[in-house]
Amino acid sequence: MVEKKKSGYWLTHLGLILGVLFIFFPVWLTFVASTVTQDAIIYPPLPMLPGTEFFENYANALFRGSPEGYGAKVPVIKMMMNSAIMAIGITVGKIIISLLSAFAFVYFRFPFRNLCFWLIFITLMLPVEVRIVPTYEVVANLNLLNSYTGLIFPLIASATATFLFRQFFMTIPDEMVEAARMDGCSPMRFFFDILVPISKTNIAALFVILFIFGWNQYLWPLLMTTDPDMRTIVMAIDSMIPTGDDYAHWPTVMATAMLAMVPPVIVVISMQKFFVKGLLESDK
Amino acid sequence: MEKRVFFKGWWLPALLVAPQLLISFVFFFYPSGQAIWNSLFLPDPFGLKTEFVGLDNFRFLLSDPYYLASFKTTIIFSTAVSISSMALGLYLAALADRLIKGAGVYQTLLIWPYAIAPAIAGVLWLFMFNGNIGLASYYLKALGYEWNHTLKGDQAMFLVILASSWGRISYNFLFFLAGLQAIPKSIIEAAAIDGASFWKRFGTIVIPLLSPITFFLLVVNIVYAFFDTFGVIHTITSGGPEQSTTILVYKVFSDGFVSQDLGSSAAQSVILLVLVGILTVIQFKYIERKVHY
Repeated sequence: MVEKKKSGYWLTHLGLILGVLFIFFPVWLTFVASTVTQDAIIYPPLPMLPGTEFFENYANALFRGSPEGYGAKVPVIKMMMNSAIMAIGITVGKIIISLLSAFAFVYFRFPFRNLCFWLIFITLMLPVEVRIVPTYEVVANLNLLNSYTGLIFPLIASATATFLFRQFFMTIPDEMVEAARMDGCSPMRFFFDILVPISKTNIAALFVILFIFGWNQYLWPLLMTTDPDMRTIVMAIDSMIPTGDDYAHWPTVMATAMLAMVPPVIVVISMQKFFVKGLLESDK
Repeated sequence: MEKRVFFKGWWLPALLVAPQLLISFVFFFYPSGQAIWNSLFLPDPFGLKTEFVGLDNFRFLLSDPYYLASFKTTIIFSTAVSISSMALGLYLAALADRLIKGAGVYQTLLIWPYAIAPAIAGVLWLFMFNGNIGLASYYLKALGYEWNHTLKGDQAMFLVILASSWGRISYNFLFFLAGLQAIPKSIIEAAAIDGASFWKRFGTIVIPLLSPITFFLLVVNIVYAFFDTFGVIHTITSGGPEQSTTILVYKVFSDGFVSQDLGSSAAQSVILLVLVGILTVIQFKYIERKVHY
């Protein structure tokens, strides 16, 4: 900082605190709403401080779903499991196939190498939302609707991670592979004993980004899953808010919203260093 | 850049790229090809057979007032989301960059909304602005302003823009902060010694040095507003009222899955495909510039 005027210092903090409050406010309201009774919500205004129903509402959301007569009745615990399986499946799957192909592109010369590279490069361009209808048909024809395989695999087809690893492998000094070859090290031995261990930080950074990407998927699970047992928490919350005249059971809905936010937020905050690195380097 | 030293053999590398290529073919190239192919056909109303119509689907789309309206909606929506979330991100980053101590604490407090799914962000803001029970609509009513985003298109638009920008501030904040911290302090100090005020320094030194990152963020945010905001729109407005918040990607979904108009939906996919292609090329052209400083 260049100047050290006291007033400017406090104004800086004030500005930042206002920003933080704007970011926190909707989440705070959601938390408050998840700890009060239905009556406290449907006769506005909502109180600003948490109520007494915390355990009741979260137990309802997790194990029983909304009470009788309020929209869909779905316990959240199963959906959180589904979300976790999908998020981890996407994360691990993407990291493994990208590590393998980046290794091939950087350390080998093989026929059609450039063609393969460009084919993968093109997949960078298309989010699943664009090709949603034909992808749905492919998955339906493979009999993968309502399955974890169907939830996970179409979202693994993207090249971001491959590029990140390729970029990183390029910066590894050639002496490493020279030394390994001189000692009679096979390619796969080099991959597992040297390349993967020195990629640890990059793997962790990608893990955070991809976990959030996977957990927060909305449109794909919405189309894919008709079986209530296969729903993920992020997509299912929409079905808990009925349209028309009937009320949603808001305390349960808001507890579900909190439960949908908590896992990815914990991942971001506990792995903040890797998250920042992953975000700044992978761009998406 | 190529590596000098490499392993021999071709079957091992072929095996190594096989999983990614296979998945790309099954879930990427085949469906994309299918979208292009379907865009040239028109299924009859009973879905029994399809007829080759060439570019008629595109011709029809580009003269369809609803599609053109959706284009306009998308442009307004993505411009508003990009500019508001970038402005707030830059504002907060500029403040945090002024602090010697505590910037890290604010960073932690500001970046976590990145982890919140757009659909969940939609639910949070929907709850605040719900016509019967929402806190915001309650106080707006007390002030004499009638809030009903299920009937009024401009209010619905405002709400989806607000919800989409809110979750995006953290991303822009993080990139702007990294950009600001990469500017050498000596340049700023030299200008300060020459008597340039904070705003003068910000306008003539900081903004120009940030321009590559700003451009990069603009492209990334537009891509975000085009595609990732589907969840926000689906939870808050479902594209309504009267299609006033139907952005292009939402229209692909509603025409393809809700109204089962497959030819038109495929043609829309192809148009989006071209748009994303252009945006990605622009982004890659500038990616080298981004790392420069």
